[in-house]
Amino acid sequence: MINCENISKSYFSGEVETQVLKGLNFKIEKGEFVAIIGPSGSGKSTLMHILGALDTPTSGKYFLDGQDVSSLSEDELAKVRQKKIGFVFQSFNLLSRATVMRNVILPMVYGSIPKEEREEKAKAALRQAGLDESHYFHLSNQLSGGQMQRVAIARSLVNSPAIILADEPTGNLDSKTGDVVLSTFQDLNAEGKTIILITHEQYVAKHADRIITIRDGLIVGDDRNIDKKILRG
Amino acid sequence: MLYSDLFQESFLALSSNKVRSSLTVLGIVIGVASVIAMVSIGQGAQSSIESSIQSIGSNLILVSPGAQRGFGGGASSARGSSETLKLTDAEAIKKEVFSVKSVAPSLSTRYQITAKGTNSNTSVNGVTAAYAEVRNVVVAEGSFISDQNNSSLSKVAVIGPTTRDDLFGANATNVVGQVIRINKIEFKVIGITEAKGGSGFSNQDDVIYIPLTTMQKYLVGGDYVSSISIEAESADTMTAVQEQVNSLLLVRHKISGSATADFTVMNQSDIASTASSVTSTLTMLLGAIAGISLVVGGIGIMNMMLTTVTERTREIGLRKAIGATRQDISGQFLTEAVMLTLLGGIIGILFGWAASWLITKFFGQATTVSWYSVILAFGVSAVIGLVFGYYPARRASKLNPIEALRFE
Ligand SMILES: Nc1ncnc2c1ncn2[C@@H]1O[C@H](COP(=O)(O)OP(=O)(O)O)[C@@H](O)[C@H]1O
Ligand SMILES: [Mg+2]
Repeated sequence: MINCENISKSYFSGEVETQVLKGLNFKIEKGEFVAIIGPSGSGKSTLMHILGALDTPTSGKYFLDGQDVSSLSEDELAKVRQKKIGFVFQSFNLLSRATVMRNVILPMVYGSIPKEEREEKAKAALRQAGLDESHYFHLSNQLSGGQMQRVAIARSLVNSPAIILADEPTGNLDSKTGDVVLSTFQDLNAEGKTIILITHEQYVAKHADRIITIRDGLIVGDDRNIDKKILRG
Repeated sequence: MLYSDLFQESFLALSSNKVRSSLTVLGIVIGVASVIAMVSIGQGAQSSIESSIQSIGSNLILVSPGAQRGFGGGASSARGSSETLKLTDAEAIKKEVFSVKSVAPSLSTRYQITAKGTNSNTSVNGVTAAYAEVRNVVVAEGSFISDQNNSSLSKVAVIGPTTRDDLFGANATNVVGQVIRINKIEFKVIGITEAKGGSGFSNQDDVIYIPLTTMQKYLVGGDYVSSISIEAESADTMTAVQEQVNSLLLVRHKISGSATADFTVMNQSDIASTASSVTSTLTMLLGAIAGISLVVGGIGIMNMMLTTVTERTREIGLRKAIGATRQDISGQFLTEAVMLTLLGGIIGILFGWAASWLITKFFGQATTVSWYSVILAFGVSAVIGLVFGYYPARRASKLNPIEALRFE
């Protein structure tokens, strides 16, 4: 499903080149739950941007579902994101003045899903994300952090993407709500979703089946997680 | 992205910052309202001038002394400076030109008028009986100046309703039979004309008519006239009459070509078109001045949209992350700008309409709000939204989603 061949990413400021990713090679299969772990500044978010088709690598090839994403134009990347990627961010990134429902519907707006199908799909996604039905028509800025992240998860699910990319999804949550969010990811994975979880915390990574460790833009470890923490939500 | 989604997203964004949105709309409201009100004043002036030109007669040709210098120039040289037109010219026109229904020579000067101790400075017209027919003067009370009055040099006067009000008090009765003094000479009032309306510089109700011969002998002391009004038999014969009058007068005045003529022949449509070109220039000028405030309103829209784009950078990043294309983003910001200006346009049209109504009510200035100015204002405000919204929308659509999501 995901195939990275020698991916490099450099940032240039004037003449000075800073190489953030230094030739990464890995594959992720459908239905996997992978954590990418590394210290702050190691290049995790940069990698996530490439995997999420928000950015293209400076060199190397990235195949998503067999399609070469590394050479697409901006609007073609937008279509890939719309169809195949669901994002969950550390700071939720909800539209605060819109209702929960509207936030979850938004990806369908850009995906041109017919209006009459939207509410049902949004409700299904919200159920999957475990948000209580009483909040569906609240403004999203009236929710707690944990509830906001559930809305964000529902939003990432609603277009049935191939993969869900979560960048430090528990970073702004206390450990208890963090666990609830992690158990939600485990449930989604059990239902067959491919999940890539990016974190700098060993504890968070322990909830995945496979842990890829990166340091200074290089993969330094790629292991099966033998003592996986199973949470019951 | 569906259009209905575009509207919904734009509406949501605008209504979430109501104060700022309404202040921005206010700029457009003021711009559009002032354009509507100003243009309505110009067009009101235009139609009131047109109707007063219609009311001076039909199929009318005017001969005035002095060289052709356009509408205003001809009128000023008629004021005593040129004495080239004679009563005999009028008689010759009546006798020798075909298709002429009626000829009315007249002499016009302003005099000090007194009656019962009140004072007024009014235009006095020496006329013949034909004047009433040619110039559409209708007598409401008493009778008009007759040919008998002219041949016997009678000291009689017919006064307009405004003059009557000025001299004898508003809507005074039993004015016929009273005496007024024109330049200290006594005249007996024999009639009062019907009100024609018209205001400002073309008041046809503030006027005194006396016999032409009486005026020439006792007031002016000369045999010239200041204009000859000719009524052609029909609209089709106007040009022919105008040409004949021109060549007849050239011969009578012994002048070789029209370029050096000491008189001017104009027909009613020349006058109307000169007047309407003056008023349409006025309308354009007023509209342009008001248009500046509309442009200022548009700059306000741009300013607000640029601020919005900066403030909503993260939101733009998120929208892109979940699949919005550049077109989706620029479409939304453009729609927001156009929605603001269209709303401003609609409210501005209503305000402008109300303003022109108030101008008419309190200042007596005729105003006309035409459909075309309403549609134009609406269209212009939409265009302003597009023009001033374009740059901010483009800027939003070009934001890099990664940078935008990182933005604090
Ligand atoms: N747009 C950019 N321009 C220059 N340097 C960048 C840019 N984005 C990230 N970096 C640098 O790349 C490195 C990796 O960043 P990032 O991928 O955000 O790390 P992580 O998410 O693992 O903390 C950091 O040193 C950061 O300063
Ligand atoms: Mg990061």
